[in-house]
Amino acid sequence: MLKYVIKRLVLMVFTLFIIVTMTFILVHILPREMPTDKVQAQAIAARWEALGYNKPVLQQYGIYLKNIFTKWDFGTSWYIAPRKPALEVLTSRFLPTLLVNFYSMIFSVPVGIALGVYAAIRKNKWDDSLISTLVMVFISVPSYVYAFLVQYFLYFKLGWLPLIMYSLADAGGSYFTGKMFVSMIPAVIALSFGSIAGYTRFVRAELTESLTSEYMLLARTKGLTRAQATSRHALKNAMVPILPSILSEFIGLLSGSMIIEKIFSIPGVGQLYIRSLSLFDYDVFMMDCVFYTFIGLLAGIVLDLSYGFIDPRIRMGEK
Amino acid sequence: MADTTKKISPEKFTFVNIGERLTDVKFDDKPIGYFKDAWIRFRKNKASVVAAGIILLIFLFSIVAPFLTKNENSFMDTYFAKKGPYIYGLNKTGFMDGGVERDFSEVGLISKVAIGIGAADWDGHGATLEEGMASDQQPMLLIGEPEIKLDATKKEKRYYHGRINAYAEVGFIYKSIEQAELQHMRDWEAETGLHLLYPLVEDNKYNVDPADANNWYKSKKYQPVYTNEKGKIKNLDIEAGLVGMQLEDNYKRDADGNPVYYEFTGGGTLETAAYKVRVLYNNYYIYKNGFEPRYFFGTDSQGYDLMLRLAGGLRLSLMLAVSVSVINFIIGAAYGAIEGFYGGLTDLLMERVSDILSGVPFIIVATLFQIHLSAKLGAIPCLLFAYILNGWIGIAYRVRTQFYRFKKQEFVLAARTLGARDRRLIWKHIFPNSLGTIVTSTALIIPGVIFNESMLSYLGIVKLGTAQTTSLGTLLSDASAIWTNYPHLMILPALFISLLEISFNLFGNGLRDAFNPSLRNVED
Repeated sequence: MLKYVIKRLVLMVFTLFIIVTMTFILVHILPREMPTDKVQAQAIAARWEALGYNKPVLQQYGIYLKNIFTKWDFGTSWYIAPRKPALEVLTSRFLPTLLVNFYSMIFSVPVGIALGVYAAIRKNKWDDSLISTLVMVFISVPSYVYAFLVQYFLYFKLGWLPLIMYSLADAGGSYFTGKMFVSMIPAVIALSFGSIAGYTRFVRAELTESLTSEYMLLARTKGLTRAQATSRHALKNAMVPILPSILSEFIGLLSGSMIIEKIFSIPGVGQLYIRSLSLFDYDVFMMDCVFYTFIGLLAGIVLDLSYGFIDPRIRMGEK
Repeated sequence: MADTTKKISPEKFTFVNIGERLTDVKFDDKPIGYFKDAWIRFRKNKASVVAAGIILLIFLFSIVAPFLTKNENSFMDTYFAKKGPYIYGLNKTGFMDGGVERDFSEVGLISKVAIGIGAADWDGHGATLEEGMASDQQPMLLIGEPEIKLDATKKEKRYYHGRINAYAEVGFIYKSIEQAELQHMRDWEAETGLHLLYPLVEDNKYNVDPADANNWYKSKKYQPVYTNEKGKIKNLDIEAGLVGMQLEDNYKRDADGNPVYYEFTGGGTLETAAYKVRVLYNNYYIYKNGFEPRYFFGTDSQGYDLMLRLAGGLRLSLMLAVSVSVINFIIGAAYGAIEGFYGGLTDLLMERVSDILSGVPFIIVATLFQIHLSAKLGAIPCLLFAYILNGWIGIAYRVRTQFYRFKKQEFVLAARTLGARDRRLIWKHIFPNSLGTIVTSTALIIPGVIFNESMLSYLGIVKLGTAQTTSLGTLLSDASAIWTNYPHLMILPALFISLLEISFNLFGNGLRDAFNPSLRNVED
């Protein structure tokens, strides 16, 4: 097990390294200009020189790696937050993204699991077909369509919720105020439709499978009621693949949804990607690319490894 | 124990078909192969069949749409931008009449009604309200009962709820033309009986906005006024509603009191001299284009025919999705087959390559390709490359698994013993066994491609909007700031894209159930 974990981690670092190298070269061969600022000109020029932006690309990459390993320095933002470290710019965007996605998750996981369990128990009855049909529709419709529907009905028609998320200043300087929470609700709802449908489909599929397995027959034979057998045996076994996927989804939360962040103007990681691209703030863009790659790889590993942790019978790394 | 065995003498036995050759009898029915079997199962799945039908309809729509209208792909009319579905002449039917529901203040309502009155008053005789309401250029389709409401300054004001034709609302515009065209317009008017040229409006203090050609009646601060018997200017009484209202025209008139239709504005010789005229836009549209305004789905935010834009976007999406899945199918099948068949070191090395590629987030690939190559290759090929870079990995993985399953089986060994080469073994013996899985996952690539394409163009990472064609995402993104006032701009593209996504998912699931009945209701 440990050997497998280490092998996966080493492979991940290797993959990350290759992708970062390719991205770095592709980003840094783009033409770039030193920002013009009369007051800060000297400081900018010094930083520019220190990052080696006048040197060849491979040399720049050497400096980039050296800075990461010695100073944990991923470059500098030039336009979005002038001369702030790129890492700091990124981390300041975590909280809004995380909060919106987290609210959506704590809402959609229980609802999704409950619906999925209900559909599996009532398999092939009318309510199961209703749920399955709705799941099909909700999974297919793109998230931005929900965003427009939410904006249209909850803002324009009913006026219950704000159109976009409040800025920090409007909501009292913190992401945890009640006002901020209310302004996040539209985005949370728009995100939740798809994920509720996803969880429902997944749970239903897993639970149907365990409900028809032979240990269920045994449980019923030894005298458990249907409810007891389902909750003690079937549900427990069905959760084995469900929990890891929730876990890996949770890590994936950090990268957020670009389109939802754009529509509801959430100052998060996804919006940073679009802004850094349109403002040509390449160091921040590079930082965002590294981050996305890292999150993607990490989520994959956690998904694979957590199977083994949750159910020790699943042996990792064996063919 | 008594012997109960019957004794039968050997002579009683005869050979049944002695001297006949025993051969296999041909089946009366045709054999049902794997694909026929799948097809039978697929047909039974009603939802998937309906989904396939919807996909076919949408595809047909995207092909046929350009033939349903006289508008060209690149045809654009800025005056008629953001308008609803409209067929000229369907006024007051409530169906595709270009109508929009809106609340009007009193003066606002008068200014709209006045367009119709002005249109009836082409010779300056002073049309009545009745004439104006009867005119087919009257923008007001329905006027409701007045209601007292608070306006922005918390004053009580009377409002009318009404339905207005957004196309006729454009009303009159000023146009600068040459003398030759003026004559041409006159000829056209005589030929068709439609009125194009209308009297010019005096630029005096009774004209609120001289640039707006719709202010043909005398008004002060938007309040219509009239000259009473004593020659004094008085406010027109509009408290009692519109009945009996007589707007007083503010036309430019010559010394004889005849309205002036054109005015010299500059230029040198007779041929190049510019004239200012006031034209009714609906008729000018017919004059200019030779056909009436006809927009089955309305117009988009820039004034293109929304139906053509949608059809173009759908064609782009479908073309992209199908080519991506075909190319991914080919690459994935070849890659997975080689991996699975040879195994060992080849497999290990190729797995590492696909591991690394699959770690690259799609959005980053798409962005970098766009930045570097879109100027040279164009946006669409770049998008295609981005999809292909790691889109085939899922298929390769499935093919590889299938190859591991089948390559050790007896029929492969038998074929090998008979001297079949590797290539024959791979493509003739093992690959057909994995075809079902691959076809399914290829079909399920399509909804993802369509969604990602619309997302990238919505976010502006990929710029696909041109004068000729556009993408669904660009349509949505153009509409995103203004769609609450013009809902059709958002509803129609969103509806089509949702329908496509649902149908392709259902269709793919149907394929999966048909090819692998054991996988029914299992998501992978």
